[in-house]
Amino acid sequence: MSGTNATAHGTGHGSVKSYVIGFIASVVLTVVAFGVAAAGVSFGTALTLLVIFAVAQILVQLVCFMHLGEAGQETNRITFVFTLVLLFILVGGSLWVMFSLYRNMMPAM
Amino acid sequence: MTTMIDTSHGQAGEHGHHDASDVTIFGFWVYLMTDCVLFGGLFTSYISLHGNLAGGPSSKELFELPFVFVETMLLLLSSCTFGFAMLALHQGKQAAVKGWLVITFLLGAGFIGMELYEFHHLVSEGFGPGRSAFLSGFFTLVGTHGIHVTVGLVWIIVMFLQVSRWGLTPKVATRMTCLSLFWHFLDIVWICVFTFVYLMGTI
Repeated sequence: MSGTNATAHGTGHGSVKSYVIGFIASVVLTVVAFGVAAAGVSFGTALTLLVIFAVAQILVQLVCFMHLGEAGQETNRITFVFTLVLLFILVGGSLWVMFSLYRNMMPAM
Repeated sequence: MTTMIDTSHGQAGEHGHHDASDVTIFGFWVYLMTDCVLFGGLFTSYISLHGNLAGGPSSKELFELPFVFVETMLLLLSSCTFGFAMLALHQGKQAAVKGWLVITFLLGAGFIGMELYEFHHLVSEGFGPGRSAFLSGFFTLVGTHGIHVTVGLVWIIVMFLQVSRWGLTPKVATRMTCLSLFWHFLDIVWICVFTFVYLMGTI
């Protein structure tokens, strides 16, 4: 074994290329998102577009910065997907409840 | 009992066994997932309350996008520079690791400085967390993220000292890996903050 085993195996390694690509893609997605907000489109359009750009940038950073797409990262990926499921239920469900309350109790709220 | 024969997983980078550092790093990843759920709760509260102004100012009146854009770029750049620190770590370049840690720290400190300025400005105008439910939610969500980043800054200092003192040992490498996951994760949470709090707040 070489003496320079100063690395941990728990994550992927990446390369200069992955960080640079990730950075540029993130900057582009950020600028476009700010552009949408400044452009004055309707609420629904803005929400849809911003969600798309946010999800895209999150994926870019997960893959390029956190190396979640690499071999050996299966366990981390599955754990992350599980967390997304939890979030969908907890956040989605809570917002559903709150908006239902808002709609059904309008006069008093 | 180590050899260079890569039989177990057939994957690049694996050395045929899982040492304690793998478990540590996975454990830290699980912690980050719980942090996701925490922020999920804070986002849910903010979204539910962002319209409850109590006669106070709304997000549209308070948020300044150019300012937030600079903050975002600082944090994004710091995530990239930490990545370079990790690359230097894998190449065994101790001085480069320290250099990139310093740069990452300065960028992160710049982000926190801007955030503190924004918070101070809001509080001094009477728009602190107690003014309305919207502002309570805002300060809690963005403030919690800011506290996480501040802890990360302290951790960066600690790692700088550990690298200086002990060099790039396996233990130091494991800790740097955990910190890198932490720091990248905070930038990912910030994507959600600037999208759903600041950008949506001005629509």
